[in-house]
Amino acid sequence: MMTAPMTSIGQSILTLILLVPLAGAILVALVPDRFKLPNWIALLTTLATFVLTLHLPAHFISGQSGFQFEQNLPWIESPAIFYHVGVDGLSLWLVVLVGLLAPVGVIASWNAIQTRSKIFYSLFLIQQTAMFGVFVSLDLLLYYGFWELSLVPMAILIAMYGRKDGPRAALKFFLFTFIPSAPLLVAILWLYARTGTFNFTDLQYQTASGVLPAGALFWVALAFLFAFAVKVPVFPLHGWLADTYNEAPVALAMVVAGKLGLYSMLRFHVGLFSVQARAIAPLLIALAVIGILYGACLALVQRDFWRLMAFAALSHLSLIVLAIYGLTFLGWAGGVYQILSHGVVDGALFLLLGALELRYATSLIGSYGGLAAKLPRAASYFVIASLAMIGLPMLSGFIGEFLILSSTFAGVSRPWAVAATLGVILGAAYMLWLVQRLFYGPESALAVSKPSADLRFGELAVLTPLVVLMLVMGLAPSLWLNSIRAGVHPPPPPSPAAHASVILSDRSAAKGVEGSAGVFRIAGPTQPSPEAAR
Amino acid sequence: MNPVPDIYRILPEVILALTGVAVMLLDASLPPAWPRRPLGWVAAIGTTVALWASLWQLSLPEGSAFFSTVETSAFTVFFHVLICGIVLVALLLSLDTLPEHTHHQGEFYALVVFGAVGMCLLTSAVELLLVFIALEISSISTYVLAGWRKQTGRGPEAAIKYFLLGSFATAFLLYGIALIFGATGTTQIYQIALLAPTAQNQSLVLAALALMLVGILFKVSAAPFHVWTPDVYEGAPSPVVALLSTAPKAAAFALLLRVVYEMFPNLRSLWAPLLWIVAVLSMTVGNLAALRQQNVKRMLAYSAIAHAGYLLAAFAGIGSIGIAAAAFYTAAYAAMNVGIFAVVTLVAGYDEQLSLIDDYRGLIYRSPILGSLLIFFLISLIGIPFTGGFFAKFYSFTAAVGGGAIWLAIIGLLNSGLAAAYYLRLALVAAQRPVGDQRIPQAPKPAVGAAVIAALFLAVAATLVLGIIPGATLGAAQSAAHTLQAPPAPAATAVTDPAPPAH
Repeated sequence: MMTAPMTSIGQSILTLILLVPLAGAILVALVPDRFKLPNWIALLTTLATFVLTLHLPAHFISGQSGFQFEQNLPWIESPAIFYHVGVDGLSLWLVVLVGLLAPVGVIASWNAIQTRSKIFYSLFLIQQTAMFGVFVSLDLLLYYGFWELSLVPMAILIAMYGRKDGPRAALKFFLFTFIPSAPLLVAILWLYARTGTFNFTDLQYQTASGVLPAGALFWVALAFLFAFAVKVPVFPLHGWLADTYNEAPVALAMVVAGKLGLYSMLRFHVGLFSVQARAIAPLLIALAVIGILYGACLALVQRDFWRLMAFAALSHLSLIVLAIYGLTFLGWAGGVYQILSHGVVDGALFLLLGALELRYATSLIGSYGGLAAKLPRAASYFVIASLAMIGLPMLSGFIGEFLILSSTFAGVSRPWAVAATLGVILGAAYMLWLVQRLFYGPESALAVSKPSADLRFGELAVLTPLVVLMLVMGLAPSLWLNSIRAGVHPPPPPSPAAHASVILSDRSAAKGVEGSAGVFRIAGPTQPSPEAAR
Repeated sequence: MNPVPDIYRILPEVILALTGVAVMLLDASLPPAWPRRPLGWVAAIGTTVALWASLWQLSLPEGSAFFSTVETSAFTVFFHVLICGIVLVALLLSLDTLPEHTHHQGEFYALVVFGAVGMCLLTSAVELLLVFIALEISSISTYVLAGWRKQTGRGPEAAIKYFLLGSFATAFLLYGIALIFGATGTTQIYQIALLAPTAQNQSLVLAALALMLVGILFKVSAAPFHVWTPDVYEGAPSPVVALLSTAPKAAAFALLLRVVYEMFPNLRSLWAPLLWIVAVLSMTVGNLAALRQQNVKRMLAYSAIAHAGYLLAAFAGIGSIGIAAAAFYTAAYAAMNVGIFAVVTLVAGYDEQLSLIDDYRGLIYRSPILGSLLIFFLISLIGIPFTGGFFAKFYSFTAAVGGGAIWLAIIGLLNSGLAAAYYLRLALVAAQRPVGDQRIPQAPKPAVGAAVIAALFLAVAATLVLGIIPGATLGAAQSAAHTLQAPPAPAATAVTDPAPPAH
């Protein structure tokens, strides 16, 4: 697997990224809770981790297939579980995104979290490790471990710092994800019982080679999909989302949304079970479009801005699901780009809404109004982030949305693309209406009664880079898209025998959008897809 | 080759028995006014020495002694170390949490150590009469310990219930022993394994197996023999429950492994479905009942029943895979359960003023360390990765899947989801911020001394080690499984071997 000469730091960089937040968590737990020491340690740890994650794109060899920065050590002999980590173009930027959002989250919690800050920052840092772990694990059981671990800090922190009824929301959040992961574990064990390995690359080869019984494989793929669909969430499984957004501390809501589930879908459902994913894609496309419209419509009528953000997230995440199950390389690239953009934009919006709630102690939209005169900086940042979310050209949201919608239009079906576009238009409606109700119009009684300062230096210090990033992502997407494309659509491997590969039809190829028919390394040599055979 | 002196084979038991006698004698000869707490340290030191002696037994060649009544092997050492470890943690816990004025404090420590003698002997006995005697030694001391809080109504109730039902169950076991003696003419386990397949009266053998299973399943509190568990756990003092819910269970599971895998491997087609049913019943009944509990100790009692079910799922595994999974589960379960009862002891106090789930509200704000530990052990009980609880369930269900019992694994995993609901309810209530109008439970500040810190540290370390680097323990469990799978008697080697003995 090790195709590039690696320096020693290159081999252990992912382990470092996993360990630094964990060490920070232990350190936070040990120091006394005085002089904001836990806050400072958490901030320094997250900044150090972010710098470490930047090492990855700096030394990433774009245009090379397979995983980089790999480390593969035996962990447990029987069953054969390996500590196997690595990144490719798919996960590279997601790791950086988590690294970027972590210090933002710490700043967002700086004043919001007053009690038991040691426990808060310890668990926050453990959450970081778990999320990094999900993105870099290439051993299915290791992945499952981090996947489950990521639930725990989140659930406890929702219970500890919930706004109204924390424990109930936390229980809902936990059980919604935990119960579907039981079939996921059975499916992983079944795969291991049949193939004798948890290694992602080996399993990819095995599932594609057709040696596994197709009937059982259908159920296994379904178990994977179900666990991920709840986590995203996909339309009928979104019951936990609104309560979680409503109750979760700002810092956690912004790191948790969507990313884990969407990445897992792309890597472990579409990536492992290409045939089964193709079979079930029409259902997922339909659910995604329903989710886009349903989320947007519900967002229009919310009176609480956290709930509005929750349904907006449902709508935006469904758009990415649509991209994933459109099964075009262009759509995938757009989907990954949209995950990144959504992470940055949502992070900024959460930070701003959290700042508003901290100042005015309410999340009811109706109580606000006319804040632009008093908080001009907050208003302008909020408008920029909203526009990025809507998908205004020159801002980050546009690129992803355009790629997704155009690939759906060209590669999937026109009616679905039109319906999805309708959802995007609705998105503009609720976001702009939110801006209007919060910042413009007559000053509300609340705004008059509580004179509040504009954004502080600390808040500006994190918001400004995020806004700049939105601009850069909107203007120069190729900085990211090149390596993402290499991840979802790798160039042909040097030796065809080592990586069994098949030509999948790339229907967008006919439109000249993506280029020639792609070589995708997941399917076996004996199974050309029906479209290609035609 | 020098033969190993017989006494070496029972060295840990001898050390424990001497420790118990020493504690009793010291208790009787010290002036009544002197504190009895140092006797607890004597008992703890004796247990530690016994633990080292068990490890030292690994250097002995495998074999039996005293006319083939006891043996030492990797299997016995595994369970000896486990039981001594649990007893040590329970002793350390009692040292700081038993109130200064507790009556007969010296006898308390002596009884704990004598119980350990019985449990250790139970795992190394290969002669059914000795098994019975060992079981009685361990049971009688636990009966007495369960009723230690005489001043409350629940203490004696717990003790009497435990005693009556326990005696009844032991009678079943004894009856089974009598029948198997009738069928084969011997009570030596290897002899029985050799003779049982060709016994003239097979129905006698089957009846013996069924009766023995009833007796043992009672001891491990598996459904439908579980009704004593919640009452006893509720009535007994929490440090005793920490011991009661783990050490005797570990010993009883060791006996169950010996009976089904070593004594009746040929009857697998009979006992495997029976244990399948008992496993499903235990986990389902335990979890459903636990969901409705308001009292923390009763909830943990039902959760213990459910865990017995998860553990029995490992018995669906073929041969040494199943044995190793069961042994590993026993260790992980012991670590986390001792830990959580230690936390419960500290939160509720010896006289248990705070017994309801609602009393734990805001624990993490009241006492951050205890709250975090409580949540940690609950997470392990749920079975989240990187804690012992995960690998325990993982190996158990992997063994079940390997043995062909896929539905058992699916039912078990769905049950884990169900169980998460009530564990998490407690964890989240403990994490909840106390809101103004809610009653804030008032609790005495728990007395946290060096002994309790050591006990908690051992429990946390064991839970983490089993969750992050389970390799060593699993290796030990596997070699234990191999010694159980390869007993001296040649006919009982392979589970699936249908070949009849030569004569």
